[in-house]
Amino acid sequence: MAENTAVADGVAVQGDGENGGEGETPELDALGRPKPSRAEVLERRAKRRTAAESNPPTVVVDDLNIIYKIHGAGTGRGSATGALSRIVSRRTAPTIREVHALRGVSFVARRGESIGLIGRNGSGKSTLLGAIAGLLPPEPGGGVFTDGQPSLLGVNAALMPDLPGERNVIVGCLAMGMSKAEARRRYQSIVDFSGIEEANKHALSLPMKAYSSGMAARLRFSIAAARDHDVLLIDEALATGDAKFQARSEDRIREMRENAGTVFLVSHSMQSVRDTCDRAIWLDQGKILMDGDVDEIADEYEAWSKR
Amino acid sequence: MSDSAPVGIVVEVDLPPLPVDPEYAEVGGRGMAAKYNLKQSGARPPLFEYARLLWARRHFIITYATSINRALYSGAKLGQVWQLLTPILNVAVYYFVFGFLLGTNRGVPDFILFLVIGVFLFNFLQTAMVFGSRSISDNLVLIRALHFPRASLPLAATVIQLQQLAFSMVIVLIVALGTGQSLSWKWFLIFPVLCLQTMFNAGCAMLVARMGSVLTDTSQLLPFILRTWMYVSGVIYSIYSVISSHNLATWMKYVLQYNPPAVFISVVRNCIMTVPSKASATASAVAAAAKANPPVTSAAQIAKNAQTTYNGYVGSLASPSHAWIAMILWAVLVGVGGFVYFWKAEEQYGRG
Repeated sequence: MAENTAVADGVAVQGDGENGGEGETPELDALGRPKPSRAEVLERRAKRRTAAESNPPTVVVDDLNIIYKIHGAGTGRGSATGALSRIVSRRTAPTIREVHALRGVSFVARRGESIGLIGRNGSGKSTLLGAIAGLLPPEPGGGVFTDGQPSLLGVNAALMPDLPGERNVIVGCLAMGMSKAEARRRYQSIVDFSGIEEANKHALSLPMKAYSSGMAARLRFSIAAARDHDVLLIDEALATGDAKFQARSEDRIREMRENAGTVFLVSHSMQSVRDTCDRAIWLDQGKILMDGDVDEIADEYEAWSKR
Repeated sequence: MSDSAPVGIVVEVDLPPLPVDPEYAEVGGRGMAAKYNLKQSGARPPLFEYARLLWARRHFIITYATSINRALYSGAKLGQVWQLLTPILNVAVYYFVFGFLLGTNRGVPDFILFLVIGVFLFNFLQTAMVFGSRSISDNLVLIRALHFPRASLPLAATVIQLQQLAFSMVIVLIVALGTGQSLSWKWFLIFPVLCLQTMFNAGCAMLVARMGSVLTDTSQLLPFILRTWMYVSGVIYSIYSVISSHNLATWMKYVLQYNPPAVFISVVRNCIMTVPSKASATASAVAAAAKANPPVTSAAQIAKNAQTTYNGYVGSLASPSHAWIAMILWAVLVGVGGFVYFWKAEEQYGRG
């Protein structure tokens, strides 16, 4: 996308970067490693974006329209007899209201891209992820085409709330299609990555419903990240983690991107989007407002939201 | 910038035109999809491919079921003891009501064993369907986060109940040996029967899983349907005695006899229970005659009663002719039918 202007993007952003004011002493990230300098970051990003340009596409969103049908809006559940007769006659409820959540969205994502979706609440970011994951039926005429099956990581509760954390790890791995031996082999690295045992030694034997939202999010991300996904969709899933875990998971996202996957990230933290994504798409009222280099879009968005 | 911003607000920024992927501009979305062999997201795989994917997840299904089973009673003080206690109490309730209070056991030898087998086998079907109907809505997070053939979930619900049935069958064996049945080679026939019933139950579970995912009212309605089904399946009484003592239309007799749970239950009863000898029927008739008020003294009457008792014994264990063929047909029909029915809506689970 916009790859013919990629170099120009880089130059423009470099100008912006100077405003950031990098000092002589390298800053440290949450894991205590020196942050690469701004110029380095931009150079690598430009290189990646140019490389991604010629990669095969993983997600093609073609004139996508999503319309939610909201049942029983206004009059609650409706009368019992009315509901029964509707079920029998297979008519749809008269109280259905429609919300046009995505209006003609089109873009192409290629291997090795990491794309941040930004926009205010209700702009259609999560809907877009749901549609890419194949969980929402598109209106006829448009569609989403993907390479392999995308995995969606959301903010919602535990995977299997009644099972202890350790069973969640094993069963989750098996559900992703690993063999028993592979799941056992990956177990320790998943647990180590989640860092859950650092907080509480016995956490893994507790049912996952007892976890705090942050701990559950950590474990869920660790399980999903144990495999390389062709397309990974992350919906605010990292928002509840602490700074250290966020840094670690951002590392992992970069790694996946390097392994030729495509990562989509929905986040309200602009810093997180800037740190992990190369490209950003700004959605508003179900339409794409801007699409391009992450810094450029994030700057515009931030400038707009301050107004 | 707030959630309550009215629809129609204009974002006042000068926007550059949206960049367009050159390839997309050239061939369009469908063209690119065809060129790079991309699939419509969430489209369901063909039936045999789906079955293959499902087979590849067998370890997931079994491990998931085992884990759920282990976690099931972890909140209770008695813990895993409930695995055995639940079925025992279940039978105790039915025995109290139907054996003790109502005395339905007339004409059925070993009423306890008769009841235990019926209750456990029907309970297997009942719980598989109840949990199957909830398997999609209870696992939405899992469905949305990870990709796997969704039929794994109703199948796991069936496997969970199969594992619980294993505990119940231990009780059946104890009761059988305790009530004087002796181990015979026929006992091993219960394995193929249970395999067929598992297949039948899995089909039922997939059937209601799809219904439950669309119509959430299914799981409210199901217990009533299942209770009715139980009362017509000869769980607590002998179907034969109903057929022989009531004047039923022929088709109703067939429906009662070939009703799938009734077939499975009667065949398993036949495998484990043996019809008492004529001598024991006579002995019990003589004992009953002595107890009766006024005592029955006519030898012909006693012999007639003995014959009736014996017929009752035989009848209580009667299974319909060609029972094995019926079981195989039911298992294949419902198992495969349920699978296809579930697969047809594969792309819709977890939506909304």
